[in-house]
Amino acid sequence: MMVDRSLIGLQLRKYVCVVEAFQLRLFAKAIGETRGCYVDPAQAVAAGFRAPPIAPIFPACLGTNPDDPLDWATALGADLASILHGSQEFEYFEPICAGDRIRVERRIADVYEKKGGTLKFVVFSMECVNDDTQRLACRATQTLVVRNPAPTQ
Amino acid sequence: MTSPTQMSAGTLADLTPGSALPSLDFPPLSRTTLALYAGGSGDHNPLHIDTDFARERAGMPDVIGHGMLTMAYLGRYLTKFVPQRSLRKFGVRFQAVSHVGDAITCTGTIVKVSREEGRTWVELDVTAHRGSPDAEVLASGRAVAVL
Repeated sequence: MMVDRSLIGLQLRKYVCVVEAFQLRLFAKAIGETRGCYVDPAQAVAAGFRAPPIAPIFPACLGTNPDDPLDWATALGADLASILHGSQEFEYFEPICAGDRIRVERRIADVYEKKGGTLKFVVFSMECVNDDTQRLACRATQTLVVRNPAPTQ
Repeated sequence: MTSPTQMSAGTLADLTPGSALPSLDFPPLSRTTLALYAGGSGDHNPLHIDTDFARERAGMPDVIGHGMLTMAYLGRYLTKFVPQRSLRKFGVRFQAVSHVGDAITCTGTIVKVSREEGRTWVELDVTAHRGSPDAEVLASGRAVAVL
């Protein structure tokens, strides 16, 4: 499959994931985050959260399907080695905390090209909805750059 | 979210557009950090953790850092000044790839302070550099917070 505008509107598989406290601790360790509210439930509550909140960019991690972390690349039919991250945006509506059940919906919102088609840009739109309250918690937009796309074998 | 180094929201709102925020230095990117980030984030793309893949499949001399790790550092930087629950928007454009050994420095500038419906809105520009604040830009973007 070629990366082209026929991908616009494609929905990736929906899923509901639980925000796991242990994953937030590993993530905090990876980015060197040591502030108490991000790793300690008691300090999180003292700071006004129901549990440790996710870091500002963690919605992007929730957008990684735990059952198939690279399903987005499969959907593009593009070689992982040819894909770079161009830009990333988040809009926050309410906190997401450890223990929350989040429904993740992802779709391809746009595809365009530059440099005579040697660079393709794929815009993924994602929503994180709290599955218990049905309230939208975060919306994210991710633009990937596919270099010299070629049909897969 | 209190920390001795965190500016109070009032302090931030008192700053005028163009004011620079104190920069923040991160330790050099190590392969361990990239491996931990792959696990913590769930991003298992081998481009970031498998040197053989980076060389043989992507034609790169070595693995590259996750762009989102750079953005995570910018997120840590932002939340030094703005409580996380005040953040409304945060976006960046990635301008260069990070490499093992890069010591990322984050800088920030107040772009706009406004009052609407009794609340103070702040827009900040944030930038991650490869090394010192005058070094190459890895990612830059903007955040909006309501204090």
